[in-house]
Amino acid sequence: MTIEKLELFEVFVRPKRGLDHKHVGSLHAEGREQALEYARDVYTRRTEGISIWVVKSQDISASQEDDNECFFDPSDDKPYRHATYYPLPKEISTM
Amino acid sequence: MVNKMITNTAQETELERLFQAKIDTEQKIEPKDWMPDAYRQNLIRQMSQHAHSEVIGMQPEGNWITRAPSLRRKAVLLSKVQDEAGHGLYLYSATETLGISRAEMITALQTGTAKYASIFNYPTQTWGDMGAIGWLVDGAAICNQVSLQRTSYGPYARSMIRICKEESFHQRQGYQIMIELAHGTPAQKEMAQDSLNRFYWPSLMMFGPHDSESAHLARSMKWKIKRETNDDLRQKFINQTVSQINYLGLDHPDKALQWNEERGHYDSSELNWDEFYSVINGNGHCNRQRIQHHVKAHEEGAWVREATAAYNLKKQLKLARDAA
Repeated sequence: MTIEKLELFEVFVRPKRGLDHKHVGSLHAEGREQALEYARDVYTRRTEGISIWVVKSQDISASQEDDNECFFDPSDDKPYRHATYYPLPKEISTM
Repeated sequence: MVNKMITNTAQETELERLFQAKIDTEQKIEPKDWMPDAYRQNLIRQMSQHAHSEVIGMQPEGNWITRAPSLRRKAVLLSKVQDEAGHGLYLYSATETLGISRAEMITALQTGTAKYASIFNYPTQTWGDMGAIGWLVDGAAICNQVSLQRTSYGPYARSMIRICKEESFHQRQGYQIMIELAHGTPAQKEMAQDSLNRFYWPSLMMFGPHDSESAHLARSMKWKIKRETNDDLRQKFINQTVSQINYLGLDHPDKALQWNEERGHYDSSELNWDEFYSVINGNGHCNRQRIQHHVKAHEEGAWVREATAAYNLKKQLKLARDAA
């Protein structure tokens, strides 16, 4: 790691209690503590959140768009996984 | 020393006041927040019991996967059982944020110190039971889970939202099985009636003992772990099930059921609480079988966990070799 080549971190912010942390962007820092402080300084300047997570970008494993076919396609032929596949008789008010 | 203890207690009281203030203003408690130990323990008990129920709940339905009457029915049932496994995972993971390990929870289940929903100790004798379980058991679970979407612990609330989205397919597929049987041949209709008769009462027991008998209720309501009481949720379920039974053209299992204009609810028969406590305490038809099966599956899966660990070690050794 050099001055020009700090580590890349991904930043996640929880907008309010009860909600999931949401990815908001990334930044460079020399370590986790600094990343957290930088994230506070740049991503939460207008009370965007109440909690921040920083994760080294290289620690994230991501699926590739090219693999989408084998990753996600099998769901397409399983419409029976959705409630709407089973029509509800109009006599039934709530289910 | 004495002074320090007093300060600690004062601090604790202040922390507890802030904690309760968050809850009173409908803010969620998140994993790294301070929380009273009893709140943490109460959640661990309730959430792990919920997770165990999802996992043990796979057994009564798994019993019918190979005997489903058509390929489509088999695919649907398989898909539902897969969902239950996923729900178990969501809930175990959410429980782990409270500082208990997965292994500890599994041990508690297998040694009987942790409970799971007693409904799963009833045997599934006919295909009709797949209908009744999806419709009534999942229906009762949904009633409870919709309410828990507003529970005060963030990770629990978020798992409930995810689970409820998936759960409504479970109830509908069950009800569809019931419609087909109830509107089918006399023998099929009889099967539907029999399943309804057997699963109606245990489904009502899923909401737990009467509010007056519930050990944790007052505190759970104050902490908003529970948002509605056992009896209120049960009443809601009783009310909404009436028109569903009518549509099927089946006889309502509760002969004393009657609309009460004044209360705006149905009055219903008292449940057989002796049966409830007997099943909870291990004497249902299938209690021993369910746990034995879980232990067996866990032990038979040991080689997979060992292989995973061996593969991980191999990869690390290769990484170290390549670096050298």
